[in-house]
Amino acid sequence: MIPAQFEYVRPDSLAEASQVLAEDEDAKVLAGGQSLLPLLRLRLAYPSKLVDVGRLAELRGVHDRGDHVYIGALTTHDEVMRSEAVNDGCPLVALATAHVADRAIRHRGTFGGSLAHADPAGDLPAVVLALDGVFVARSAGGEREIPAAEFFVDYLENALDAGEILAGVRIPKLGPGWGFHYEKFHRTAQAWAIVGVAAAVRRSNGSIAEARIGLTNMGSTPVRAHAAEAALQGAELGDQVRRACEEAAADTEPPADLHGRPDYRRHLARVLTHRAVRAATGTP
Amino acid sequence: MSELDTGAVAEQIAQSDQINEPAATPELGRPRRRKEDARLLTGRTRWTDNLTRPGLLHVVFLRSPMAHARITRVDVSGARGLPGVVAAFSGQDFADEQGSLPCAWPVSEDIVIPDHPPMAVSEVRYVGEAVACVIATDRYKAADALEAIEVDYEPLPAVLDMEEALTDGSPKVHEAGNKAFSTKIVSGDVEAAFRDAPVVIERTFRQQRLIPSAMEPRAVLADTDGDTFTVWTSTQIPHVLRVMLAVVTGIPEHRLRVVAPDVGGGFGSKLQVTAEEVLCLLLARRLGRAVKWTESRSEGNLTVHHGRDQLQRLRLAADADGRLRGLRVDLLADMGAYLMLVTPGVPMLGAAMFNAIYKMDAYEFACTGVFTTKMPTDAYRGAGRPEATFGIERMMDELAAELGVDPLEVRRRNWIRHEEFPYTTIAGLTYDSGNYEAATDKALSMFGYDKLRAEQADRRDRGDPVQLGIGVSTYTEMCGLAPSRLLGESNYGAGGWEHGSIRMLPTGKVEVITGTSPHGQGHVTSWSQIVADSLGVPFEDVTVLHGDTAISHKGMDTYGSRSLVVGGIAVLRACDKVKDKARTLAAHLLECSPDDLEFAAGAFKVRGTDAQRTIQELAYAAFTAHDLPEGVEARLDADATFDPDNYSFPHGTHLCAVEVDTETGMVRIRSYVAVDDVGKVVNPLIVEGQVHGGIAQGVAQALYEEAVYDADGNLLTTTMADYLLPSAADLPTFQLDRTETPATSNPLGVKGVGEAGTIASTPAVVNAVVDALRPSGVRDVEMPCTPERVWRALEGARR
Repeated sequence: MIPAQFEYVRPDSLAEASQVLAEDEDAKVLAGGQSLLPLLRLRLAYPSKLVDVGRLAELRGVHDRGDHVYIGALTTHDEVMRSEAVNDGCPLVALATAHVADRAIRHRGTFGGSLAHADPAGDLPAVVLALDGVFVARSAGGEREIPAAEFFVDYLENALDAGEILAGVRIPKLGPGWGFHYEKFHRTAQAWAIVGVAAAVRRSNGSIAEARIGLTNMGSTPVRAHAAEAALQGAELGDQVRRACEEAAADTEPPADLHGRPDYRRHLARVLTHRAVRAATGTP
Repeated sequence: MSELDTGAVAEQIAQSDQINEPAATPELGRPRRRKEDARLLTGRTRWTDNLTRPGLLHVVFLRSPMAHARITRVDVSGARGLPGVVAAFSGQDFADEQGSLPCAWPVSEDIVIPDHPPMAVSEVRYVGEAVACVIATDRYKAADALEAIEVDYEPLPAVLDMEEALTDGSPKVHEAGNKAFSTKIVSGDVEAAFRDAPVVIERTFRQQRLIPSAMEPRAVLADTDGDTFTVWTSTQIPHVLRVMLAVVTGIPEHRLRVVAPDVGGGFGSKLQVTAEEVLCLLLARRLGRAVKWTESRSEGNLTVHHGRDQLQRLRLAADADGRLRGLRVDLLADMGAYLMLVTPGVPMLGAAMFNAIYKMDAYEFACTGVFTTKMPTDAYRGAGRPEATFGIERMMDELAAELGVDPLEVRRRNWIRHEEFPYTTIAGLTYDSGNYEAATDKALSMFGYDKLRAEQADRRDRGDPVQLGIGVSTYTEMCGLAPSRLLGESNYGAGGWEHGSIRMLPTGKVEVITGTSPHGQGHVTSWSQIVADSLGVPFEDVTVLHGDTAISHKGMDTYGSRSLVVGGIAVLRACDKVKDKARTLAAHLLECSPDDLEFAAGAFKVRGTDAQRTIQELAYAAFTAHDLPEGVEARLDADATFDPDNYSFPHGTHLCAVEVDTETGMVRIRSYVAVDDVGKVVNPLIVEGQVHGGIAQGVAQALYEEAVYDADGNLLTTTMADYLLPSAADLPTFQLDRTETPATSNPLGVKGVGEAGTIASTPAVVNAVVDALRPSGVRDVEMPCTPERVWRALEGARR
């Protein structure tokens, strides 16, 4: 790898890291490096400084906090997947994390890094969005909470201010009766999702009481399929659910790239949402 | 043993634990694990990028961001003063000495071979073409300094589509126009074959452009002591390269040494004389210092020669019962911007292959090579033969569908029957041997063909969203390049012989020197097996040297599945000469006539007695030379070359079952059976590995890989995120078996196996995809059959 020149700093505390970032708007946070380093390698990013937060233990770890699970930003994907608290409290996160890249990358890449990168093709943003996660940002000024719906601003752009570092994410527990599924559609095992669907669904007898659908790679940010969620509410399992899922691509502006043009992505969103909802509700 | 007891060397042999017994069973056919794997797999080896020299400098190239432009100014002065920078040059700085990259296969009288400067001087013709370079004390400083070079371009129109490129109004890639060459071969009365034919099938297929993706990127290191020059490079062709570098640069051949250290894959992409090899050598001469270049993967995607890229218009005439009357092939072959080493020869390697294993009355092959403003194409695993095999095997399925006959039945009605060999085809090649019936029968039973057809019918009846498709490919190929005489007739610039040497060392160990240049094929192991059997020495006692023109002084290198069938036989011939010498010496020492000696298990034994000398003892006797007969040299060493009188013709039957999700377009390979006939087998493990990799690469063309240029001529697939290579996770378990019909063109009865899997598998997969969708009205899906393409094909058929 031959990146352009940059300075490297490894602060001893979150406060120090925050200060460095506040002073230099061209500085970038380096966590697991699994998204940033490829950009450096291709010289698509020219940061002045890399602020390596990799050894800040306070950013690492998963904590069960009663009504929510708190996942420290530096927790690796592998740790998240294996965490009892995650598997019990927000199993959709564990399910989706198992689809992130490959085993080697999951041992290096971090939960927070992958979210802060704000790549709409990443698997986790749509999941946290669907689960109404809350992002916890820290800076010299203290702590700020950012709802997932406000965190993803644009393609590779998040709502963190200069000097703010993502410390962790609160994932609310959904309680009993919910089923989950992450449906990823990609051409090879290691490829990004052409479209992905994160579904959390609460069943009530033979119909759906409540559904939350997050879409991967269906816009410049991860998006909620609000129309489908509304249509699913009260829908009886079977044809009604199928018809409700036809709304999955409403109001989306999916990208065009080598793996799919927008009309194909919209079609996929509908098909995959139906599959994800069926899987989440345990219906064939 | 008495003569040996006194020598220190003999002492070493006697006391060493390295006394190896010759294998009790023959080495040929034995699944030996590869001798070279431990160091290759751990990387504790000589990849070119691992090598260093005193005072080594690093070069990086500035590459054109324009597909086509006039260069109006290059200013490298900004780079020259930067930290660590030793020099910076533009193409103009080397205009007088860089020469033109060679094309060694002028396939026709009308061929146009444009000047191809290693570093562009006045015009760039593809994105990625080198325009300037920086030489610095490390790669990082060199890469940084590149950004200080200023180049002014005056844009010229890109030329991207082959059919448009051949129209009158098209912008030109070169002054002489966009047609590189045109050829036509006619055999039989084609008009008659098509006149009143009950069935005529006409199809156009696109062979997409592929990027060979060897695991080891290219790397070149050049050094000089002021008098002689050495180039270490990740190449398949050190011997050919030495000659070509001498011709291009004017450095006399005897002062030039080329070394291919361990090379991590090539697939044809390192069968080339590259701009970077020439330029590193010239930079070493200009600067008087060692210079190294190692490409990045993205740089490689842009500038490693690409493969395939043909538009195939095929017409097939048949009788009502499916018997073939004639085939017309009309190809456009994308040359890219220049003709490289064998660029125009690649489509011509398919010229006699479209007729494949089938009998027919008439055949016509026409091919036009077209210049475009893209990276030049050249050999890629199979080179011309996968394209041809794809074309005919797709057509046979289309014919079967037209007639409503099982695709295997149509093939059976037309293929050469095993009792008809040797058979001279309509295209003029003589297939020496083969048994298509046997391979097909075996494949059918492994595959469970009838059961899968029943499941397919059931899914169709049920309207299952997941449809099953079955694809057939009964292929042959010509490989083992090859007879020098035939290559000469096709105007190829070199011969097809191979060279091998045996050095019998004093301790009885054996050094084999081969002119082939392995880059993953396991020659060290296979050649050891051949020699162990022939000389009766232990497998462990044989080593194989290769790839360095100072050690292996003659060779034609490795490509076209030629190493075993040509190079392996040269080694065998050298063994024969060693045994002849050893027999004379043994007879002298045993005081008998050479005719009284029988050779078995590595020893010459006087018939009817216990008196004997092993060949390893004789090597020592030759070394001491204390008692040699009149006229016998103090060595058993021998050299031999081999030049077969025909190609070899592997064949086989590949069967593929796919599940196609008609809702998403996703194709999943459910099962894959390959029964290949590669003749006699030296090492079944290596053969299996070649078939596995070959199938994977063919599947990759069918489903995954495609080099994509945008409307401005920019390559979009510069990383592996966009240029998709399948991994083990994406591929099924291959069920493999073999039939064994020996080749008659060499004494081991072997055929090549390096390309067979790739040649066979692409049509098997695409035929399966089309078979799954045919009831929906789909009769073709362009490669690669991505989910989106499959979905659109279905959408198109639904409308």
